[in-house]
Amino acid sequence: MSLRSPLGRVLGAGSAKQGVHHWWVQRLTSVALVPLSVWFVVSLLSLPSLDHATTVAWMGESWTALLLILFVLVGAWHSQLGVRVVVEDYVHGAGARTVTLVVLTFAHVLLAAAGVVAVLRVALGAPS
Amino acid sequence: MPPRPLSPHLSVYKFKYTLATSILNRIAGLALSLGFPLLVYWLLAVAAGAQAQARAVRVLSLPLMRPLFAALILAFSYHLTAGIRHLVWDTGRGLERAQSQRSAWLVVAVSIALTLLVGYCAWLAGARAP
Repeated sequence: MSLRSPLGRVLGAGSAKQGVHHWWVQRLTSVALVPLSVWFVVSLLSLPSLDHATTVAWMGESWTALLLILFVLVGAWHSQLGVRVVVEDYVHGAGARTVTLVVLTFAHVLLAAAGVVAVLRVALGAPS
Repeated sequence: MPPRPLSPHLSVYKFKYTLATSILNRIAGLALSLGFPLLVYWLLAVAAGAQAQARAVRVLSLPLMRPLFAALILAFSYHLTAGIRHLVWDTGRGLERAQSQRSAWLVVAVSIALTLLVGYCAWLAGARAP
């Protein structure tokens, strides 16, 4: 039995039944990012140099490439979820909010894809 | 339809340090989101070859990038520690007022220590490889 009034249902007010999924994925990605981000910072700082040969040798290792791709993808996903909540909280007005969310989603997907392509190019040995 | 109430109701809360730890987590997260394009820029430069990589490293080691990296290290340290605090809360632990006030100070102390540690290592790495 639903406790919602018929008027409330017609107006479409109330939960869109999407909140738990957002909450859960935000937690899932944050748990994954604890080891991934620590690994990234530690291995970046332990590189003997940031010149091209050293970086390419590092990114060319299978483990590095795998973890870097995961870091980029999970990081982008987590960032997208977090930024989305901030926009929903502070950008009022349906038009401005929708446009901001669309732009930020596109930006996140574009950056994530670009990052993965870059790592793959190096890992699969692109001519340089 | 009357306007529906919108959260967060920022103006109804009395300001306390526990509130600051919460809003700082959001600000740190946003800062890291802004740092994400930098990471992708660097990855793309590495993929584009030695010349592009050298140019990117030159751009990224400009003096005006220093405060930016310092801010990113601070944001990373804070978001990591405060995020772990949130994950502990999600298990239903540490939610009592006294516990959460204690963990607020713990988060501040640990994130400052972590910032100094990472900053020191970054400084060493920078001195090693200009």
